[in-house]
Formats: sequence, structure tokens, C-alpha cells
Amino acid sequence: MSTFRDERFLRIVGQIAFAAAVVLFALWCLGNYRARGLSFSFAFLQDEASFDLAEGMAFSPIDPYWKAFIVGLVNTIKVAILGIILATILGTITGVARLSTNWLISNIASVYIEIIRNTPLLVQLFFIYFAVALKLPELRDRLVLPGPIFLSNRGIHLVWWRPTASFTWWVPFWIVALVAAVGIYLWRVRLEGRRRRPVSRLPWAFLALVIPLIGWLLVPGNPLYADKPAVEGLKVVGGTSVSPEFAAILFGLVIYTGAFIAEVVRAGIMAVPRGQTEAARAQGFTEMQILRLIVLPQAIRIIIPPLISQYLNLTKNSSLAIAIGFLDLYAVSNTMLNQSGRIVEVFIMVMAAYLSMSLTISLIMNVANRRLAMVER
Amino acid sequence: MTVDVEVMKPPRTEVGALGWLRKNLFGTWYDALLTVGSVAFICVVLYGVFNWALNTAKWGVVTTNIKVFMVGRYPYSEVWRIWTSVGLFLVMALVSLVVWKRNVTKARRGVTIAWVIVLLLTIVLLKGFGDLPLIPSVPINIWSGLMLTLALGIVGIVASFPMGVLLALGRRSSLPVIKVFCTTYIEGIRGVPLISVLFMSMLMIPLFLPPSIRLDNVLRAMVAMTLFSAAYVAENVRGGLQAIPEGQYEAGRAVGLNEGLVMVLIVLPQALRAMIPAIVGQFISLYKDTSLVVIVGLLDILGVAKAVTGQREWIGTQKEVFAFAGVIFFVTCSALSYASRRLEKQLGVGER
Amino acid sequence: MKAISWIVVSLLVLGVLLAACAAPAPPEEGEAAPSVTGARIQTILDRGKVICGCNAELPGFGYLNPAGDFEGFDVDFCKAIAAAVFGDATAVEYRPLTAAERLPALQTGEIDVLIRNTTWTLTRDAVNEVDWAAVTFYDGQGMMVPVATGWTSLDDMEGATVCSTTGTTTEMNLADAFRSRGLDYTPLLFEKTQDTATAYEEGRCDGQTSDKSQLAALRSAMENPADHVILDVTMSKEPLGPLTAHGDNKWNDVVRWVVWGMMQAEESGVSSANVDQMLSSDDPTVKRLLGVEGEMGSSLGIPNDFVVQIVKQVGNYGEVYNRWLGPDGLNIPRGPNELWTNGGLLYAMAFR
Repeated sequence: MSTFRDERFLRIVGQIAFAAAVVLFALWCLGNYRARGLSFSFAFLQDEASFDLAEGMAFSPIDPYWKAFIVGLVNTIKVAILGIILATILGTITGVARLSTNWLISNIASVYIEIIRNTPLLVQLFFIYFAVALKLPELRDRLVLPGPIFLSNRGIHLVWWRPTASFTWWVPFWIVALVAAVGIYLWRVRLEGRRRRPVSRLPWAFLALVIPLIGWLLVPGNPLYADKPAVEGLKVVGGTSVSPEFAAILFGLVIYTGAFIAEVVRAGIMAVPRGQTEAARAQGFTEMQILRLIVLPQAIRIIIPPLISQYLNLTKNSSLAIAIGFLDLYAVSNTMLNQSGRIVEVFIMVMAAYLSMSLTISLIMNVANRRLAMVER
Repeated sequence: MTVDVEVMKPPRTEVGALGWLRKNLFGTWYDALLTVGSVAFICVVLYGVFNWALNTAKWGVVTTNIKVFMVGRYPYSEVWRIWTSVGLFLVMALVSLVVWKRNVTKARRGVTIAWVIVLLLTIVLLKGFGDLPLIPSVPINIWSGLMLTLALGIVGIVASFPMGVLLALGRRSSLPVIKVFCTTYIEGIRGVPLISVLFMSMLMIPLFLPPSIRLDNVLRAMVAMTLFSAAYVAENVRGGLQAIPEGQYEAGRAVGLNEGLVMVLIVLPQALRAMIPAIVGQFISLYKDTSLVVIVGLLDILGVAKAVTGQREWIGTQKEVFAFAGVIFFVTCSALSYASRRLEKQLGVGER
Repeated sequence: MKAISWIVVSLLVLGVLLAACAAPAPPEEGEAAPSVTGARIQTILDRGKVICGCNAELPGFGYLNPAGDFEGFDVDFCKAIAAAVFGDATAVEYRPLTAAERLPALQTGEIDVLIRNTTWTLTRDAVNEVDWAAVTFYDGQGMMVPVATGWTSLDDMEGATVCSTTGTTTEMNLADAFRSRGLDYTPLLFEKTQDTATAYEEGRCDGQTSDKSQLAALRSAMENPADHVILDVTMSKEPLGPLTAHGDNKWNDVVRWVVWGMMQAEESGVSSANVDQMLSSDDPTVKRLLGVEGEMGSSLGIPNDFVVQIVKQVGNYGEVYNRWLGPDGLNIPRGPNELWTNGGLLYAMAFR
């Protein structure tokens, strides 16, 4: 066989040709970029940003560009983490409600799922922000809920506990208690494995936390004090606050992703054969135990892979915050490239940031998936 | 033994409307609580929506601009071309329905080819050609409104499918360079938001092309949507391919088919069936995602919605125009989902 | 077999890529000058229409009307350029742009001229490689607040939340103005002017800052315009005007003399109503302006009667102003946008 008919040779040549084509194309693009007389440098990151950002970490116009980028990144991460947690909760509840025997409940759930899944997120965000969040009363007519919690179109202001001097004394106690609680929990899990029948776990673990709690309440001098919000002039001082933009993007993402997660959860639960539930019921398990010990452990293996992509979608969709004035990574970067004119540099940073967030989520979830994967016996 | 022969009637609370209510709404005490709560919730929401829609909303902004919403800046003297295209599509849909319902196996190939022809015909019809007397050229970058939304969606769906299949095959390839390239591409695209890909196509691509190449911005948006969607389609196809047992490949090789033919004749048709739900879902989300082009300044239906609120008498009517755009999306997406469910049933996905 | 098919695919890809490289025959690389050199005017003449970057959603300046056409103050200048170059005000291709896209679109040669309320600043002029042609509208950044607050100057606004638009000079001026006064404030930034206005009207912010013309336009559209007042403070100078790519002097000359021609027409009393009579005027300036005498147009590379065409089809500066911003439009007092003869800043260079 001649060299040219040799399969291995041809394979190598083909691949080299392909790689060369890709490299050449990239070089050609770079050449065009150069030919426009454009430079490439990240030096502008040290320059004064001269715009202001009011969301998240403190930032002033004299701070450099890179700090603005960090502010945006932190805001995005905040939305993503909170959004993932809340969307999972909402999605699970809705998914279970969809299977409820209560006609009204299951239909409300399915109407919600259908409406949300069949309209674009962008439209929903506009609606939530302009037609809901901004329709709350103005600050002077704010709704005051017990707490106190202020509800107005300036955001949600609520009471926050801040540590006083004596707080540091308590930190070691809490750490010890937490370690003990985790230890007890693990012990109970092992016990369950040995006895091959369900044992209560969480109440035992909480026992360890009760001891410092009693001390906390009995020993005089409060380690935390309640910082209550109060209106002062045009602003609310004290407490902590959630801006309407943050609330809108968070709730928008949660409501949107929740509908998708609900379908994932429903599919997962329905994939568990009915016989499993019936067999468990016949053996005298309570409904709660059936859900916790029989249905969920099997359903979760089916749920996790599509759940990963929903988490990724949520993170990426947070970039739509730009439409409603929330300063996430994308919005801040947009301002950065507008004011600095450094399109390519800023975009490389944005892409890299989103990619690393996505990869981190995939990594964590894949580890979880492997831990939970079916152990064939 | 004198048992009452009359059959005992079921208690009144078990049958009829009352029974249904009891069973489905007031089964237990917490069910009852949930029911009452939800009824109150529904009432509040419905009242708010209707009160706004009937009393406060200025729908004039939609009725005055309905043409702009639908065909945007397409010249009105040429609107007949859009109607003709829509008509063609409807006729084709009807024919396909009949063919598939009646199971006219022979006509299927003809219908498939006809679809391709109709698609090409539509593109020519809508875009026009140079200075042809009947259909003068309508530059693609003035396409706007619902027409642009549909065009972006259809082009994205049609073009991203073959590309996705190629990428999926590339990812499973035994050639390391191809495999690495496809995997990097798929994972890279899937890791970033669509809006950043769109933005890149709008701002960065012109910088990397020589000045002699000018791509219309609508065309660039179409390319961006296709490149983005292809990565997701590729993953769905990969899932479908994985579901095909190894035995199928081996059997195909055993009867003397080469690698390519095994793929085309045996594996892909089966994989395609398995992945229809996932791919249709992907297409629906692609269609919804076309709304993001508004952020890069294209006038899709959402962009038109924003643009007409600049008219002096309609400043401040965002809610009306967004509600209208939302309803349009809801109707079209629901129709798509419904069609896909029918298709799944027809093809018997998940049965057997 | 498999390998061969892969090689075929690879070679195809390679071929396509190489073809893509070779086909457009990129101009000699290594030349320091950017692509857009003096040849732009010829490109435009060959194309037969002007590509004009504009705003799609700014009341008074550029938006879509119910017929699906762009209209507004800025758009009229696009029309005027087309009328001057081709004698046909409709020979324009509009390219709606977002704030972020506008300068790159000019740099990459995607548009011929940008008329999208863009402030003439040193940084943009120098760093972004663009050239302004003239100033069509002298604006200034102002602040709108509710009357009920009783505020009369920025110093009263300690602790206020201020809505603004992102990606513009506005947000930087805002930071400067409050920082220099030592005032504490919270900025809230939106992508689109209209969103900013909605947020302000709903009470999300205590004040809204933007160009004064915009504030006036937005205020006139509010439910109760009398409840809002534009403070008598000008935070910055905002000269707005058309711009072209850097280094393209010939084309830039055309654009600037179109603008000055419209101003001179108003100054000389030439309007769309009397332009035909004015052709037989004895005033030498008018004669030169209207191309009856001299070679004013052809020395620019456009027809000699370009001002006649502009005035006939679009109007002089005053007519355009009145149509969109004056009594027939947003009703903004002309202020600095009066002719210099009336105490304003509009001063056309000499037609000689």
C-alpha cells in the first residue's frame, strides 16, 4: 500500500490541514484588525473610570476600570447564586403542585408554566420591573410590614442584625456547635446505613446547636443589635436594602427558570415507577418517608442533568439585567466599552468571566451528579 | 334474608358537581385552604389585569401602528409578497397535514422537496432580485417587525440543524483535532450568554473583516443566532446518538455499509426520532431568544414596540406595546409547542 | 474509508476558508491609514444612496412613524444630505443604532454618516477616530425634578437618586456635577431614554438628567407636565451634530456644507415656499447659495443646485426645527439654536 493510501497518514494530513485552516483564518482576522490601525492593550484597566455605579460594592468615579468590572462580576454572582437557590425551591414546589390531586392547584401550576415558558424572558423582565416593581407606592407612602420592612418603589428595606462588641466572644462557641452538629448528622447517617431502616437525623443534629443558643439567650448583653431602617430625607438609612432592579432581575429569573425546573422535576418524579410508591406504602412508610426515601432519591438522578443546564441558563440569562437598569457584569462591561472604546479587550474579559462561571457550575454539579449516580448492584 | 333489593345510591357528596368539587378541591383541610387561597389570588390578578387592559391602557398605539408591528419598514407597495409567502406556507402546511394524516407514503418525499423549494422561493420573493420589474430588491437590513422575528427564527432553526449535526458528529470523531475543535466550540458557545454573542457579531466581527466585506446587520444577527443555536442542537444530537446501541453500528458494518452510510441510513434516522422533543424545545427557545436582538439595536417586534413609543402622541405607552408583543410571542410559541406535541405523538417518540 | 471522508471534509473546509480569504482580495496590508480614506464620496455616488446611522426611539429626533418610516430632526438631516448628493431626499438607507454601536459602526465603514444626537467631545474626536462635520443642535444637560419638591438648584438635591442613560456623556457629567458640589447621590442607569423617563415618572428617582431637549420632549408627554420642572442649571455643553469617519475630509466637507447651507438658507430667507422665486433673486449670496452663480456644489463634488434640492425637499434649518422641535413638534424654545443674527449660535461659514 502506498503512503497515500495509508489510513493513518491520511488521517494525520487531514487533521493538520484542518488545524492549519483554523490558524490561518484566525491570523487573517487578526491581520484585518491590525490593518484598521487598532491597538490591543489592557492598560486602560488602570485608568480612572469616571462613571458611577450604585449597585453592590462601593464604587466612586475615581476608581479604576478593573474595579468596575469586579463590581459587576460580584453582582452577577450574587444574582446567580440567589437565583439558583430560589428557582430550585420554586421549581420543586411547582413541579409537585403540577402533580397535585387538587384540581385548582395543578391547573394554576400548569397555567403558570405554560405562560412563562411561552413568552420571552426579556418581555417578562420589562413587565416585572416597569409594571410591578415601579408600581409600588413611593417612599413617603411606603408600605410598612412588621419587622419593620419598608416596601416602596425605592426597594425593599428591612431590619438587619449587626454584631456588637460581645459578638466575638460567641464565635468560637458557634463553630464548635456547628462542627458537633455535622458530626452528629454524619453519625446518624452511618447508623441508618447499619440498621437498614430510616432514623431521624436533623433533630439530633439541631440538638448540638441548642446549647449555645440557650447560653446566647440567658447571658446578659445582646451580641447582636437590630439595625432598623428609617427614612431620613430622601433616603432610607439603617437596616439593609434590596434595590427594585435587583429584586426585578432576581424574581424575573426565578419565575422564568422555576417554570422550567418544574417541568424537569415533574418528569423526574413521573419517571419513578408507580409500583415503587405502592410497595413502600404497603410496607407502612409514611407519605413523607416515601417521598424522601423512595421517590426523591430515584428521581434526583433523572433530574440533575437537565437541572445543570437550567442553572447554566439562569446564570447566562442574568445578562438581560441590562434592560432594566441592574448593574450586572454585562451592563457594567457595556458602560466600560462605551466609555473606553476598548471593544475587543472588554469582550474578551466578559466572555472569560461567563465561561469560568459556567464551567464552575458544571464542575460542581457534575461532582454532585457522580456522587448521586445510581450504584448498580 | 330480606335484604333491600333496591341498590343503595351513592351518597350525594360523591357524585355530580358537588362530588367533583369535594374530591378535587376540598379533599383535605389543607386542600381546602389552598383552594380558597388560590381563588382569592386568581381574583386579585384577574381584576388587576382586566382593570388595566379595559380602562387604563391606550391601545391606540397598537392599532395605529399595527402595520409597523407586523412588517416594520418593508415597503407597503411590496406587502403582497409577504402575503404570498404566508399563503404558500399555509398551503404547504395543509398539504403536509393531509399527506401525513392519510399516510400517503409515496407523496412524502415530494412534499419534503416541495418544502425546500417553497423555502427558497420565499427567500427570493421576500428579498427580491436587483431591478427585476415585479420584485425589486428589498434590502435585508430593512426587514423589521414580526416579519424579522419570524425570519430570524426560521433561518436560525433551518441553518443551525445541519451545523449542529456536523458538530455532534465531529465531537464523536476519533480524529483528535476535529474532536477538540468541536468540543471547544460547543462548550465555549454554551458557556456564554446569547446576548454577548450577538453583541460580538454586531461590534467585533466588522473589526476582524477587511473593509471590502460588508455584511448587513440583520444577516450578522442571523449568523450569530445560527452559530449559537448550533452548539445546543449539537448537544441534543449527541444525546440522540448515544441512545443508539452499539449493535446497530456493528450490524450496519456487517451488511457491508461503510461508516458514512451506517451513519446516514441507520444511526441518524433513529437518533433523530429520539431527539425530536429536545430539538423542538431548543427551536422554541431559539425563537423566543430572537427578542434579544432588540438590545443590539435591531427592529424586531420588540424593537418596533420601543421605536413606536417615540411617536409624540404615544410617548409612555411601553406597557401596552410590551403586552402586545408578549401576547404575540405567547400565541406563536404555544402553537409551536402544540405542533411539536402532535409531531411526537405522530412519530411515536417514547412509545414502543 | 472513514479517514478519507474526513479528509474530504477537512479539505472542503480548508478550501472554503481559503476562498473566503482570497475572494475579496483585501487591500495591501501594512498601510498605516485606515480603510476609510477619501474615497467615500465616490463609494456613495456609485451606490446611489447614503447610509445614515440614526436613532430609532428618541422623540423629536428619530423614531418610526405609523407608516414604518423614520422621521425626526436628525433624520431630516439624513434626507438633506441625500437631497444634496442625489437630488432625491429618499435615497437614504437608515441604520438604527444603539448608543454603544454608533461610533464603531462609523469606524468600520458600515455607515457613511452618523446623525444620532452625538455630543462633540475631545476624547471621541481624538481617540475614536471620528470627525464631526458641524453642530446641528446646541444642547445642554439639564435636570428635571417634580415641582412638589420645591428644588431650584442642584444644591438642594443632597441624597437624591438620579436617573440617567448609560453609555453617554450624561452619566459622566452627572458624576462631575455632584462630586464638585460635594453632594451625596445615587445614580440609576438605563439603556434607553424612554425607560429612564418611565422610571422617573413612576417615582423611582428624585430627578432625571439628560439633554434639555430630551427632558422637554419627555416632560411634554407626561401625564401632568405641569408637575415637573426643568431646573435652570446646565451641567454641561452638549453640541450635537453629524459625524463621519476620521480622515475622510472630502465627504466630511459635503456633510458640513449641507448643514451650513440649510442655516444660510434660513438666514437669507430662502424657504421651501419661496425657493423658486428666490432663484431669480439679485442678492449675490443667494445666487451663490442656490447655485445660480459660481461652482459651489461642483467643487464639493455634488450638483451646483444642492441647496435648492435640500430646501425644496426638506426645508431650511428653521423649517426643520419648527417641524420637529418647534411649535409643530416638541415645542422647545430655540434659545442658542437661533441664527446669530437673532442672538443665537447658528453661524454658517461664508458661501463664497
